[in-house]
Amino acid sequence: MSTARTWAVALTGVDGHMVEVEADFTAQTPEFRIIGLPDKALGEAVQRVRNASSNAGLDVPRRRLTVNLSPASLPKHGSGFDLSIAVATAAAGGALPAEAIRSTVHIGELGLDGRLRPVPGVLPSVYAAARAGFGRVVVPHANAAEAALVPDIEVRAAASLAEVAAMHGAEVEVPDVDAVEMPVSTPADADRLDLADVIGQDEAVDALVTAAAGGHHLMLSGPPGAGKTMLARRLPGILPLLREEEALEVAAIRSLAGEPITHLDPVVPFVAPHHSASPAALVGGGTRVARPGAIVRAHRGVLFLDETPEFQRVALDALRQPLESGRIEVHRAGFTASYPARFQLVLAMNPCPCGNYGVRGAECTCPPMAIRRYAGRLSGPLRDRIDIDLQVARVAASRATSGEASELTSALARARVVAAREAAAERLRGTPWRVNGEVPGERLRVGALRLPAKVRAPLDRALERGTVTLRAYDRVLRVAWTIADLAGATTPGIDELGRALFLKKGLLA
Amino acid sequence: MAAKDELGRAGEERATQHLRSRGYAILDRNWRCEQGEIDIVAFRDDRLCIVEVKTRRSELYGHPFDAIDERKRRRLWRLAFAWAAAHPDAARRREIRLEAIGLVGADASTARLEHLVDIL
Repeated sequence: MSTARTWAVALTGVDGHMVEVEADFTAQTPEFRIIGLPDKALGEAVQRVRNASSNAGLDVPRRRLTVNLSPASLPKHGSGFDLSIAVATAAAGGALPAEAIRSTVHIGELGLDGRLRPVPGVLPSVYAAARAGFGRVVVPHANAAEAALVPDIEVRAAASLAEVAAMHGAEVEVPDVDAVEMPVSTPADADRLDLADVIGQDEAVDALVTAAAGGHHLMLSGPPGAGKTMLARRLPGILPLLREEEALEVAAIRSLAGEPITHLDPVVPFVAPHHSASPAALVGGGTRVARPGAIVRAHRGVLFLDETPEFQRVALDALRQPLESGRIEVHRAGFTASYPARFQLVLAMNPCPCGNYGVRGAECTCPPMAIRRYAGRLSGPLRDRIDIDLQVARVAASRATSGEASELTSALARARVVAAREAAAERLRGTPWRVNGEVPGERLRVGALRLPAKVRAPLDRALERGTVTLRAYDRVLRVAWTIADLAGATTPGIDELGRALFLKKGLLA
Repeated sequence: MAAKDELGRAGEERATQHLRSRGYAILDRNWRCEQGEIDIVAFRDDRLCIVEVKTRRSELYGHPFDAIDERKRRRLWRLAFAWAAAHPDAARRREIRLEAIGLVGADASTARLEHLVDIL
């Protein structure tokens, strides 16, 4: 009877920190204490570990047991430490060899019957373990597929504590239990949303492809029924597929949000929070444990805000930090968590509260003041980050009923987007940026990428007249470069610039 | 005498023999005062040992040591000082230590014995 150690993982945000779990028996009357800043759920591990151990046939000596979670100053939360505490306890009590668990990471919650239950955040935890150089991790059966996504680490799945103990060489009977399963979610049907379904909106489809190719933030404005949502939902289908490490990042965030992960999804995520969402729902929050919000779940994907002016102003302004830095920091009294949040923003709005302003054949019933107030809900700083401002009109009846399908499918559009992005990446080689939407304005105005005066002329004139701000000027240049990339041109010509100006006209008016 | 009290007495007897065999000098047994009772007071290595003996027929209702909780420990300390106050000559300049002996088995003479030295 002595001290035994094993390892577990504490998560703050998506970052995993290795935690050494030490169990030590001293010759005093029975007591079971967990120290090292556990939260309530982790403190209750005392009961779960005690009952699960006795039901697994592992004798817990009647002595004082102290479990220390080191580093002791790092706050730890959740029930994922149960398994590591149980095996460290068993090893300290002599039921299994201490050497066997010394360099293995254990993750999982225990049921009173000794079965292993799945926990959220297994993917980032296993990822952290692999990065820290651990060679073996034991996870609950239901998390096995998720853990197996991480390369360079051996994943052992177990259904019960007895199975884990036997794995490490304890002489216990392994009961034949039904493993606890995770509820299976039906996969999203994003694949079935094809760009070819959009008919009679060639302008809008073109703008959508441009936005995808340059990573430009996009605003769709138009009357109800014009197809704004339909367009936005098809954006993930034309964005390039995620590379493996990007897909891992996305899956890690989904795992933190408690979703079951069975495979890596290469299609970018699409998150569309309802307009009643609070700032905490968008950013993420919680009092002790930070949960990722909608902005974080849209990392590497598309964040779609339908009916944007209906969102609370503070909620919208919460987007400004991640749009600027690609990360979001959640600060609470007890902790600070930092999440990646690099997403493509798609806003959709009606032209006025009733939706009919400027629509031919319809009558707008809104007073002028209401229209101004409606448009004013979007703060200037947020509008400034929108590169493409697209007016979507209702489809004319003749085109809608003509029965002809658009020939541009999502697969074709994606191929164009990938080719354009490759051209941009080639040009931006050696810089921190990958797509045109990220390039700062002065890079396009001065230096090697400066356009000849003849091409710039219409834009310069607009700037002189004051119809575009300098920031809008930069945006037009960026979009012009993307249009040139899509067209296979080496630099934007006067046509590309004109088209970019057209896509920005929302701010010109 | 009830069966459980008989088992308790037999357990204390066995504990006393165990302590003697380990070189303890037994000073007092079943010492009573207003605050309760001390099972065994013994003396070893210049230390005054206050020993609590718990005997259980089986572990069905928990291990004997489970019955020695924080409250029980605090009472044992009070009793220890009460004994020391009542026997100033024997206790003078001696460190006091709480010990516990747990026995599990229907027959005290063959029961499994566990001895905790210094339970704080």
